[in-house]
Amino acid sequence: MSSADFLLRNVLTADQVRVDIEVVAGTISRIGGELTSPFPVVEGNQNLVLPGLVDLHTHLREPGKESSETVLSGSQAAVKGGYLALSAMANTSPVADTAGVVEQVARLGRDAGLCDVFPIGAVTVGLKGESLAELAAMAHSAAKVRIFSDDGNCVSDPLLMRRALEYVKSFGGVIAQHAQEPKLTSGAQMNEGVVSSRLGLKGWPAVAEESIIARDILMAQYVGSRLHICHLTTKGGVELVRWAKSQGMAVTAEVTPHHLLLTDELANSFDPVYKVNPPLRTQADVSALRAGLADGTIDIVATDHAPHPSEEKDCEWSAAAFGMVGLETALSVVVETMIDTGLMEWEKLVDRMSLAPAAIGGYEDHGAIAVGRPANFVVVNPKERWTVDRRTLQSKSSNTPFDGRSLPAKVVHAFYRGVQVLNDGQLTGSKYE
Amino acid sequence: MKRAHLLSTQELTRADALEILDTARQLSRATDGAIRKLPTLRGRTVVNLFFEDSTRTRLSFEAAAKRLSADVINFSAKGSSVSKGESLKDTAQTLEAMGGELMIIRHSASGAAQRLAESGWVKSHIVNAGDGMHEHPTQALLDAFTIRSHFPEFDRDFTGLRIGIVGDILHSRVARSNAQLLTLLGADVVLIAPPTLLPIGVDTWPVKISYDLDSEISSLDAIMALRVQSERMNDAFFPSEREYAREYGLAGSRLRALKKNAIIMHPGPMNRGLEISAEGADSKQSVILEQVANGVLVRMAVLYLLMGGAPIPTEGVLV
Repeated sequence: MSSADFLLRNVLTADQVRVDIEVVAGTISRIGGELTSPFPVVEGNQNLVLPGLVDLHTHLREPGKESSETVLSGSQAAVKGGYLALSAMANTSPVADTAGVVEQVARLGRDAGLCDVFPIGAVTVGLKGESLAELAAMAHSAAKVRIFSDDGNCVSDPLLMRRALEYVKSFGGVIAQHAQEPKLTSGAQMNEGVVSSRLGLKGWPAVAEESIIARDILMAQYVGSRLHICHLTTKGGVELVRWAKSQGMAVTAEVTPHHLLLTDELANSFDPVYKVNPPLRTQADVSALRAGLADGTIDIVATDHAPHPSEEKDCEWSAAAFGMVGLETALSVVVETMIDTGLMEWEKLVDRMSLAPAAIGGYEDHGAIAVGRPANFVVVNPKERWTVDRRTLQSKSSNTPFDGRSLPAKVVHAFYRGVQVLNDGQLTGSKYE
Repeated sequence: MKRAHLLSTQELTRADALEILDTARQLSRATDGAIRKLPTLRGRTVVNLFFEDSTRTRLSFEAAAKRLSADVINFSAKGSSVSKGESLKDTAQTLEAMGGELMIIRHSASGAAQRLAESGWVKSHIVNAGDGMHEHPTQALLDAFTIRSHFPEFDRDFTGLRIGIVGDILHSRVARSNAQLLTLLGADVVLIAPPTLLPIGVDTWPVKISYDLDSEISSLDAIMALRVQSERMNDAFFPSEREYAREYGLAGSRLRALKKNAIIMHPGPMNRGLEISAEGADSKQSVILEQVANGVLVRMAVLYLLMGGAPIPTEGVLV
């Protein structure tokens, strides 16, 4: 359907100003206190209005693993979690390493019509780390790819990484690096430390992440390129990025909600729902990540939403797949770890989960609520707590590590280009066409 | 013992451990002599679920079950369950459907036994017969039983005994289980290995760490040499077998440096000439074959206590 004109009444902005927002033809026409408008009213009940959340790291599994997730089911999960822009990682089957595949993913996103789906292109052919994929073809395709990543694999070859960083400068691209030195993590199962020593699970040293971060921030600076570090997990990694920023280097970094809340102690259960790449780390790392997100060293929160079918988790640890779903819980986990702890205000949350990721990805229709901009915003009740139930997740997969956990903040409404796609926490069935 | 499973030594209390060891001793007395079979688990079914080759451990458990008159179903698969196409869950459920009440699992994945016990896949009692690099609790129990029989003055408390474990601690479930259990019983445990074969985080274990076998050996009451897998060389854990044997092998002058009443142990199978010399393996101080015999007794005790069999008769009967 096309956008209906409406007035969202009585909501609070992230800086606690009470406003009404009028939307005409999918665009914000007026913002102000106590507006009068001829259009139907959607009552905001003094809940928060936030620009739609933007995820730079989503595994949508289509094409290839549609039993785990599709672009449609992932879009539905996104909307329930307050996301209106997703970035589909390239590790599909076939890999998103050609213009054809990224255009297919973009089209599937438009067909779903619930949020924007921006494909991420692979850096190397087949994610194999051997030769560069046709990056310019993907950039100049209808999908207009700007973020490239071999996520799941590290671009570990330093020469290939240098070339990729240089090459994407011609079209303003960014390389999103999965920082994991493969030689140091062969067969690794969990964070290397006290817990792995007792459990006899092969350790994944922090230095395997940090050594790649150190190498790549130096290299990005050397060739004058933009570097984005995916899912930072270690205290040392935060220190390296903080140093790089202090030197004025063009590096950005993300952290996942699960790394802000969970630690490697959970592996004591041997339940693979806690198996994730990069692995859950220690409490000291969690504290450093929270501090880094609060002070801006870490620019954004990204979900690394990674759906897997139950048989890939209902097994012994070493046989299980890495990954956790996260779109529907991300906002609540960030509220729990950053706002309810007093580390951040809502304005900063909006920056870390919408404005900054939109800026990194170049997603111009996202990140702000302003007159003349597309009506991409969500209404959130910050006070309502809810209990995560893996059986009622919208995602096709249920591998959440938060099952049974009570979390704050509930997404009430979502408007995508003016179309109300979520009403009172339920998908409306409407979509933008 | 009020527990359904034996998954690790970490979960055992001192009282649990002593109860298993005392029961093993009681079973030893009851089965002494020619009549070696007890009727206590008659009509009960035990499953050997072996996803990793280990003929010795499987036979030991099988002998233990049969001496208690239990029926035994053996399952063995080389490699992982996944590479065979059938999952651990499906295999376990299948064998339970065949009447299994207790499953003895050996698996290359750390945590496989705990997963089987806690996932809700099956209702059976679970005994861990070695899971990856994690634990091998019955090996530690049989080692404790063996140490106890040689040091009767430390019968209920190992405080004052000093026990060295030499070799590939990093990859060893035997080392993890022994470090925990022997410490629980009061012993001082020294882990002796090159730094490459010690896990990051070992400094938090309740043990002493040493890189130097020669400086430790004369203070030990028992020394346990661990099997060294030759594939470790490929991952650069140590330069060569020759260098390993020279630095950490239980051989030559080291044997003479041992206390006269110290015992030499090895969980088997041995690499003679690598972690232990033939002289060491065959020495009068070696108790390696006793360990094997004690393994059956300790495993009988574990099966008996978990399955709650009929009281142990004072002597065995022919059945």
